[in-house]
Amino acid sequence: MSFQPVILWTDALVYLLVFLLAITVWHTRRHQHLLMPWRRVAQSRIGQATMVILAFYVIVGLLDTLHFNPRSGEDEQGRAVYSTEVLSALDVIAGPLRTQREKTYSAPFATHLFSKETIERASGETVRDYPRLQYGGAHLAESGEGRVADVFAKAAFGALKGALVWLLLMLLLHRLRVRRVAHLLMPGSTHPWQIGGWTALLVLAVFAALWELAGYYHVLGTDKVGEDVFYQSLKSIRTGLLIGTLTTLVMLPAAILLGIMAGYFRGWVDDVIQYLYTTLNSIPGVLLIAAAVLMMQIYMSNHADEFNSLTERADLRLLFLCLILGVTSWTSLCRLLRGETLKLRELEYVQAARAFGVGHFRILVRHILPNVMHIVLITIVLDFSGLVLAEAVLSYISIGVDPATSSWGNMINGARLELAREPVVWWSLLAAFGFMFTLVLAANLFSDVVRDAFDPRLRRQR
Amino acid sequence: MSGSQSAPEPATEAAAPLLDVVNLATHIGGEERPVRAVDGVSFQIRRGETFVLLGESGCGKSMIALSIMRLLPHAGRIVGGDVRIDGRSLRTLSEAEMRSERGGRVGMIFQEPMTSLNPVMTVGEQVAEAVRLHDPDRRNQVTERVVELFREVGIPDPERRVNEYPHQLSGGMKQRVMIAMALAGRPALLIADEPTTALDVTIQAQVLELLRRLQRETGMGILLITHDLGVVAEMADRVGVMYAGELMEINDAAEFFRAPRHPYSRKLFRALPMAEKRRHGLDVIKGIVPALDQVFDHCRFADRCERVFDACRERQPPWRENGAGGYRCHLDPETALAATAAAASSASPDVERSGELLAVTDLKVHFPIHRGVMRRVVGHVKAVDGVELTIGQGQTVALVGESGCGKTTVGKAILQLQPPTAGEVCFDGVDLARLSSSELRAKRSDFQIIFQDPASSMNPRMLVEDIVAEGMVAQGIGGNRAERRKRVEALLAKVGMQPAAADRYPHEFSGGQRQRIAIARALALHPKLIVCDEPTSALDVSVQAQVLNLLRELQNSMGISYLFITHNISVVAYLAHQVAVMYLGRIVEYGDVDAVLGRPLHPYTEALLSAVPVPDPARQPDVVRLQGDMPSPINPPSGCYFHPRCPHAMAVCRDRYPPRLAADDGRQVSCWLLSPERQLEGAQV
Repeated sequence: MSFQPVILWTDALVYLLVFLLAITVWHTRRHQHLLMPWRRVAQSRIGQATMVILAFYVIVGLLDTLHFNPRSGEDEQGRAVYSTEVLSALDVIAGPLRTQREKTYSAPFATHLFSKETIERASGETVRDYPRLQYGGAHLAESGEGRVADVFAKAAFGALKGALVWLLLMLLLHRLRVRRVAHLLMPGSTHPWQIGGWTALLVLAVFAALWELAGYYHVLGTDKVGEDVFYQSLKSIRTGLLIGTLTTLVMLPAAILLGIMAGYFRGWVDDVIQYLYTTLNSIPGVLLIAAAVLMMQIYMSNHADEFNSLTERADLRLLFLCLILGVTSWTSLCRLLRGETLKLRELEYVQAARAFGVGHFRILVRHILPNVMHIVLITIVLDFSGLVLAEAVLSYISIGVDPATSSWGNMINGARLELAREPVVWWSLLAAFGFMFTLVLAANLFSDVVRDAFDPRLRRQR
Repeated sequence: MSGSQSAPEPATEAAAPLLDVVNLATHIGGEERPVRAVDGVSFQIRRGETFVLLGESGCGKSMIALSIMRLLPHAGRIVGGDVRIDGRSLRTLSEAEMRSERGGRVGMIFQEPMTSLNPVMTVGEQVAEAVRLHDPDRRNQVTERVVELFREVGIPDPERRVNEYPHQLSGGMKQRVMIAMALAGRPALLIADEPTTALDVTIQAQVLELLRRLQRETGMGILLITHDLGVVAEMADRVGVMYAGELMEINDAAEFFRAPRHPYSRKLFRALPMAEKRRHGLDVIKGIVPALDQVFDHCRFADRCERVFDACRERQPPWRENGAGGYRCHLDPETALAATAAAASSASPDVERSGELLAVTDLKVHFPIHRGVMRRVVGHVKAVDGVELTIGQGQTVALVGESGCGKTTVGKAILQLQPPTAGEVCFDGVDLARLSSSELRAKRSDFQIIFQDPASSMNPRMLVEDIVAEGMVAQGIGGNRAERRKRVEALLAKVGMQPAAADRYPHEFSGGQRQRIAIARALALHPKLIVCDEPTSALDVSVQAQVLNLLRELQNSMGISYLFITHNISVVAYLAHQVAVMYLGRIVEYGDVDAVLGRPLHPYTEALLSAVPVPDPARQPDVVRLQGDMPSPINPPSGCYFHPRCPHAMAVCRDRYPPRLAADDGRQVSCWLLSPERQLEGAQV
């Protein structure tokens, strides 16, 4: 085998999440009342568009989750020896993007470095000039002439490829019925997924164009150590998604269990749980996170031998960050659920169940939980974007993820000092901002649609 | 007898009508398939006249009111016809002009006084707002005018009340404030949309009386919307019967109650529960109201009408002028009035059964009131304060009283859903309050409950099958899943539902069907006692009849006992064997239904019964109007709880609570009027 699969802690949790999601989807599909609000989401134009964009992010994130150790050679007995370097499927696909490193900063689509260096000419003389990039625009002439035309031609070619991929995909989705696909494209047609289809076409075309260009240029420039910013941004997607979803996954059991227990049992159970979350809530969150992350850092540096690789270490820190963010963020959901349960426990169907002698646990699981799930769902979706932004802020003040982990926060943190430079190094910041902005905006719009679809009060107005 | 009936002055009869609604049509929702909520309705109201729109829920009566006021919900729009007030069309007015009409010439009061008032403004300020807007002459004396209005609507101590907030007022007082607000603009027409539905009968009687008095004084026209035939009889000069967005009949009130023309009107009367119908089942209107998102090319009542013939299904019935009104039917007047065949009576006469099933002794439920940081107990809400009841096998005991008197808490305490503070609940000789929770859980199959609101009594996320089978699963009976399914289908059949209903969700059913499912759920464990907590008060008359018939049949065939908690006296008269009247946590009168309802001994019972509107204008009782509201159970009055409102209060009533006395016909009454001492006094005098 040419590789050895590696499952990091966060990978395992992602697989768990995907598994849970699959079960939820399966369960939802069998229950009409659960399916109805999702139908409404899918019918909404904004819902379709944002779902396509989010799906793009998720695919990139999932590709980046398939980790392995590449084979580095054979030992004396002919057994395979694997490198300790951890790569992901995304790294393989991105291939040259990862390995083609320049010396230092270079602007997007540049053919020369950003700063002057002493260069030794072939003739032996030395001059101070902008050195030619090793990979960026390497197919062009030394002077970089004809760059603009080349960029446009390559972008158009890439976009065409993207469109072709889209066409193939749509044909497969429509079981090869060409007329249905043509129908999808027709303006003003009644195809239910028209907006989604167009968004997918747009996303694929743009991404394919960028991808095509990325083979020849650094489309978003390079950073201080010459790494491609486009590649970094793509790698950061996984970190952002993980923070947004794993944190919720971590806090969900506690929030749900404690929230509905407090509301249902009341009395001393309620007192204890309320005391717990009001106390937690009154500690400044950033302080708690900073303390926990710094403690973790010291532990890791004292026990460096427990980690096989840097990636593993960074991964554990990421997981820890999710945990601590979860600890500080479960309280609001818990409080919401307590309030809702206080209302539900007085409802007549709960009373009827008690009149049947149904046990407390069963009442909680069958009567309370399903009827608060819409609140849980809305909270998850609403919290997601907040958590993605929180990661960026925390990494910016360096109590976030490990510096070795690509994340938008780290990118911003790295670009911070270069903002004072003249001319300004703007591309790291802008790339991080653009990717994060798209994700958070899509998530926010999506959560609005979800909330509208699940809110029984709004439904009546339709 | 009809002295309470206000006689409208026929002076302006010849003049143009005050309100003229011509062929009004209102649609709600999308253009393709709008709900035709109002579908070509015409009627007129003269000055000083009360016109009542009668109809079941969802028939479009509120939409008419909102169309007149041009206050339709966002998706609604008037698509045809006209509304004229004093000959001036309201449809062509600009929004600004319309604003001065609303609250000016046309006042409106709503069903729910609790939500119609702004909780953060004093009631005086809210009325003053209306005065400033609609009464320009009195702009300088707003405060005086508000106090005057408060006095007009009978709010005691108006100078103090104007500075109070809505939560400090009772429901009846809030409705009076709403009426004061509507009167601020000196309206020529008052639209009252179910103004008393949310109120207790004694308060309802006060408010209706007030409306009649105001009408006499100001000569305004009233458009009253209600579903209650009793209210119609008490208030109406003329009646319009709505069905599925259309007026089915317009008639003089007296004529309407004597001989209703339309088969639907006639059916409504026969579906009313009354004491006289005890021996028969109630007449039911089969089926449900048709969906209103269709264009009707035939009579919309045809599917539910028992006198349907070919023409009914072929074309729209014509409007037939008849006497003072008219009706919409293919039947001509003589045929329409001909007596229909007697309803197939399904219920058998009462089977008297004996044997005591449930004995409640000195039941008390007190809720502690906590105050301060340490949450000290500073007092108790005595929701139930010493209730004694016995229910025999196969008997129905009705527990009646106004809201807040603790009747629901009694039901819950009997079922141990609310742990009693003191007292015994002996069921089949076992004191339920002393059982451990696991013993109690095993015994729970013997007593069940049916709730008021069928919408909230079933988990919306469970299939009907799971809902009905829940008790069987909890009690571990009914075998495996397939066997349970069979039993569920049998139960559904028993309450008159299709077996296929098991695979659907509760929201797919109408209110009456849902209540049937709730009954099936309660029956699943073969209970000996079912506590029915206002099981029909959320239902329309025709559906109520179905449910009451079902409950009666089940009692006769299975020997179940009911504790029937209700505020609806006519249901009591129809269904109950014994009746207990509750006031402020205590039973004041308890005895056989005929005795208590026929010759009430306690002054409260008397007042309660006389406040119930009787659906017959010729038989309006001499009304005993109760003053004020029920006191708070936190701080009940000294002595007899009822004495502050009692017309016969004596000195002793203020000092001591009366003992429970047995009258000669076996009933128990707690009143000093009947005590031996008092009777002795009476003999001496």
